[in-house]
Amino acid sequence: MKPDPAVVETFIQKAEAVSAKVVRVASPEAAFAYAVDVCATKEACQLLVSGCEAPLSATAEALCETKQEKIMAAPNLPEVEFGALEKLCREKSIGLIKDDLRSHLAGIDIGFTRADYAIAETGTLVINSKSEALRLATMVSEIHIALLPVSRLRATAFDLTEELKQWMSDPADYTAMITGASRTADIERVLALGVHGPLELHILLWEEC
Amino acid sequence: MQTVTSLKAYKANVDEALRNRFQRQALDNFAVTYPTGRANAFAGMNIAELVDKVADIKDRALGRMDELYAQFKANAEKKGIHVHLAATALDANAIIADIAKTGRATRIVKSKSMTAEETLLNHYLESEGLEVTETDLGEWIIQLRHEGPTHMVMPAIHLSRHQVADLFSEVTGKRQETEIERLVKVARRELRQKYVEADMGISGANFALADTATIGLTTNEGNARLVTTLPRIHVALVGLDKLLPSLEDALHINRVLPRNATGQQITSYVTWITGPTPCAVADSGRKEMHIVFLDNGRRALAKDPVFSQVLRCVRCGACANVCPVYRMVGGHQYGHIYIGAIGLIITYFFHGRDKAKNLVQNCINCGACKAVCAAGIDLPRLIKEIHARIQDETDHPLSSILLGKLLSHRKLFHQLLRTAQKAQAPVVGENGYLRHLPLILSKEHNFRALPPIARTPFRERWPKIKPSVANPIQRVALFAGCVQDFVYPEQLEAGVALMTRFGAAVDFPMQQSCCGLPALMMGEKTAARDVARRNILAMRGSGVDQIVTLCASCASHLKHNYPQLLADDPAMREAAEQFSERVVAFSSFMNDILEIPADAFRSSGTQTTYHAPCHLCRGMGVRHAPHELIRKAGLAFVPAREEETCCGFGGSYSGKFPQISAQILESKLADVAATGADLLVTECPGCVMQLRGGAEKKGMKLSVKHIAEAVVQTLEKT
Repeated sequence: MKPDPAVVETFIQKAEAVSAKVVRVASPEAAFAYAVDVCATKEACQLLVSGCEAPLSATAEALCETKQEKIMAAPNLPEVEFGALEKLCREKSIGLIKDDLRSHLAGIDIGFTRADYAIAETGTLVINSKSEALRLATMVSEIHIALLPVSRLRATAFDLTEELKQWMSDPADYTAMITGASRTADIERVLALGVHGPLELHILLWEEC
Repeated sequence: MQTVTSLKAYKANVDEALRNRFQRQALDNFAVTYPTGRANAFAGMNIAELVDKVADIKDRALGRMDELYAQFKANAEKKGIHVHLAATALDANAIIADIAKTGRATRIVKSKSMTAEETLLNHYLESEGLEVTETDLGEWIIQLRHEGPTHMVMPAIHLSRHQVADLFSEVTGKRQETEIERLVKVARRELRQKYVEADMGISGANFALADTATIGLTTNEGNARLVTTLPRIHVALVGLDKLLPSLEDALHINRVLPRNATGQQITSYVTWITGPTPCAVADSGRKEMHIVFLDNGRRALAKDPVFSQVLRCVRCGACANVCPVYRMVGGHQYGHIYIGAIGLIITYFFHGRDKAKNLVQNCINCGACKAVCAAGIDLPRLIKEIHARIQDETDHPLSSILLGKLLSHRKLFHQLLRTAQKAQAPVVGENGYLRHLPLILSKEHNFRALPPIARTPFRERWPKIKPSVANPIQRVALFAGCVQDFVYPEQLEAGVALMTRFGAAVDFPMQQSCCGLPALMMGEKTAARDVARRNILAMRGSGVDQIVTLCASCASHLKHNYPQLLADDPAMREAAEQFSERVVAFSSFMNDILEIPADAFRSSGTQTTYHAPCHLCRGMGVRHAPHELIRKAGLAFVPAREEETCCGFGGSYSGKFPQISAQILESKLADVAATGADLLVTECPGCVMQLRGGAEKKGMKLSVKHIAEAVVQTLEKT
């Protein structure tokens, strides 16, 4: 099903308005290449520009030092796709992980996910995050890159209530609506990104056919 | 957190807050930018419809609170969630401490929850030997400072980056720079370690959905996601008022909540949690999940015919954002734990009369909160109701009783005013203002010059000026109000001249008295009801089309409060409704009903700005008519910034809190001065008294006039 171009336009405009980066990709492979490229060219620690060198208390300092190599996490990719991404990562000496994210709580460079749905009205991604690894990938990473098939785009949240209620009827569910990067304005109402979660959100729009 | 016991001590705290320059500036900046951000976020949407929808959803859910709780609990238990119901704040704290002990948890991370602030949960858990760390940046900052929040959404809005840098230097043991980006990253890295160590996470909830036993959390930082993911135990503390039937209800509310709170279309994260999700560090491989529902008076409140609507509150904080008093004194003086207009009310229910009794007196009754409320709560009215209720439960202060008694006896009241007029004669200066303040007013009232009582009140002038109009197009009764009758009769004369000139027959029923708003403001509801009856009877039988008043406060009180005051009086209810329907503000009458033509006026070109009285723009919904009248009268209209922000008068409010009144006036006069106008027009004698007196005291070259006085002057002679 091809969505209304106006809905796609609204989504892009709303997502960009909250500092998300929206890029069109031709295929999942192109999305993998994009993610590997971002990871390879980024600073070892994205926090650098805004204070990775700031001195911390001893325990926080110790946690930070556990992160040494570049790591990408892709918990919800099907096996074949994971394999394709892994191959690209290996070429750039990037470690790709699927689970055990708790061993990397100091930080992950890239969390790569497939979004289940998106909402144009607010530029929001909807990700079923029942998996702990998926939740952590979208929270402890410095950059969250999400692949969004355009067919999964809806105009408003109300167009998704049936699907969401289906998820919520399970014995356990964790549904995440994600709009832009993690943000705060708690100090002098000055906007700062990446307070707890990702500093950047990239959305890769994939028009399937 | 406001905890003092006497009004005197409260005023001292308020004075101290007024001297806090950083806070004043921070809140001022926010007050100026917030309305634009909000308007942008709601662009293209019908705000009134959205607000009605929220009110409707919440009202229905509140009416089914017990049923929704039972449904939630049954569904939750099927999914393996432990559900608890705490009758009191202390019970909730004890339940949570017990969960921690049973689960052998010692380190706790928390995401923001006003409900946990309400129960003082952190203090309790710490006293039980548990380590609790707030993870929302603002909450963490105030926790480290051992303070309560000063805003429901931005808890640390009162602090500067320098104060935060000092605090973080202490916490890390290393000197931190003051750049905000860096401070935020320091918090990120320090708190990350806390999540890793924690074995229990505590969250609140914005929504609790009964049909799927799901809780919904809205955050921008994403801390709630880590708090509910990393530790092996998750406890959500949820007020019973957060229960909703289903997801759609929450989605409707969530269209309004972030837009109204911070001008965002949605928060960065909206998280829906149902049941115990997988958790790698739990023995069972699944999280241990508890939901503690808090009653603490909510079940009784939901059944209260007058106050149940306060439970509609979605905690967006907007009522503080637009409050002129909050803007001056900040959240530590404008709430106990809950802040803003809603805080003044729910403090009484959640924290008791002693915590609420001073706070409820600090409402200036401008109605800005009601106009912005996400759930359409009639906040100013409920604040007055609480004030009256507290006085009924304790003792009415003597001054308040005397005022109530006096206003109920028109002849005595008017006689007193006449006597006062004679007594003041020696102190009226050449400039026409009182030379000395009356003895009952102290020096702190000296921020504005006060007018004397008029030598001849309007009611005595009336027999001489009473006009006669042949074939009138409208028959009106004039409601004068005390200030215009006894202080500014010339405003009424101007109004009568204009109405007569454009074909209206004006009558002035002599039995009318004070509208009763001052009594209501002082918490004297019985007296307010009494004068309402008298005025309705005074106006009855005059056979008029409209009841016109030139005082915005009287207009709004007559129109909206009379039917409410007399709703339980079978003899008067219908009369009050009919009376209310006919009440119209002067400018609407002239512009919208008489439709007076511009060519009846000569163009003077005087640069003229306008102050919108609270009770006119919000109280009566009249915004356009005064602008039109100014233009039609040939005056050059220059709009002022924040035209609809209160001038600080507030009737008896400025008598009770003169320092706050003075500061609000200061801001208003600065906005007026910035227009460069020579003439300031408004439509309420109270605003005229405040603005004219303030301009005089400051020596401004500014003429302040009631709109009737300004318009009558450019009328072409016939």
